[in-house]
Amino acid sequence: MNTSTSEGQQHPISLYLKVWVLLFILSALSYMVDYVQLEGLLRWSLILIFMFLKAGLIIAIFMHMMWERMALICAILIPPLCLLVFVALMVAESEYTLFTRFSFFS
Amino acid sequence: MTTQSSSKAQGLSGMVQDWSADKEAFEVPWGKAMMWIFLLSDTFVFGCFLIGYMAVRIAAVDPWPPATDVFALTIAGQSIPLVLIAIMTFILITSSGTMAMAVNYGYRKNRHKAAWLMLLTALLGLTFVGMQAFEWTKLIEDGVRPWENPWGAAQFGAVFFMVTGFHGLHVSIGVIYLTIVAIKVLRGHYEKKGYEIIEITGLYWHFVDLVWVFIFAFFYLW
Repeated sequence: MNTSTSEGQQHPISLYLKVWVLLFILSALSYMVDYVQLEGLLRWSLILIFMFLKAGLIIAIFMHMMWERMALICAILIPPLCLLVFVALMVAESEYTLFTRFSFFS
Repeated sequence: MTTQSSSKAQGLSGMVQDWSADKEAFEVPWGKAMMWIFLLSDTFVFGCFLIGYMAVRIAAVDPWPPATDVFALTIAGQSIPLVLIAIMTFILITSSGTMAMAVNYGYRKNRHKAAWLMLLTALLGLTFVGMQAFEWTKLIEDGVRPWENPWGAAQFGAVFFMVTGFHGLHVSIGVIYLTIVAIKVLRGHYEKKGYEIIEITGLYWHFVDLVWVFIFAFFYLW
């Protein structure tokens, strides 16, 4: 079955084809979210769910992350979490920018 | 470079062993480790772009132009929302599939199949860039500039050209990279060395696909 050796990553092609089909379906579903014009909480939660599922499949299967050693997985996947802190900072900052624009320019 | 293969350390205790032992931590070819570290840096670059986009969009006083209508195309008298972007998305996902197969055939030492799959991947990438050029042309004709556009918040154009432009640049570089490596594979330059290079090229290509997943969600659907 799946072996990950010094020879490199060896996985059955059928697995890649299944993931490919799955990515197609997920993309079609996220497109449909826009096409049928869903609104509000349902819209953006679906967009995010499909986005994370697609990203997870690409990283785990196509980029072989699920077969790598924990040392590499942690070294690559943990640092991007810093971006979440950055997002929080910039949300606060841009809310304030909007507030000042309405206060002084309208 | 050590050649001794250690037992595959599992889970977190394995990670502690890998990082505390007096040896390579990752046990992958160094080129692959370097590519991963480069992609991590690129994650921050695109992350900053998308966070910048979020910041200007939250702070925009004028309404944000609705992507559904902006990127709609009229085909056979029917206006279909986002249709070009959807096709581009499917093309990029397909190119990721062919790339994964190329990596597989490389490790099976089937270099002709691997190289042709890589060239097919590059061709799909080129199609993507071509469609993006068409999209840019259409928007520029409609009067979109980095500082203004006919539909709403002026920041829209700046974000659009920056984010899709930088991603398109990555795709273009990827096409060149894939083509060079595919030609070298065909000529048998890696017969002695092994075919990790295809996996390393593949990591870059899948990353470009991965970034598009986020751009598609946040810029085109949000």
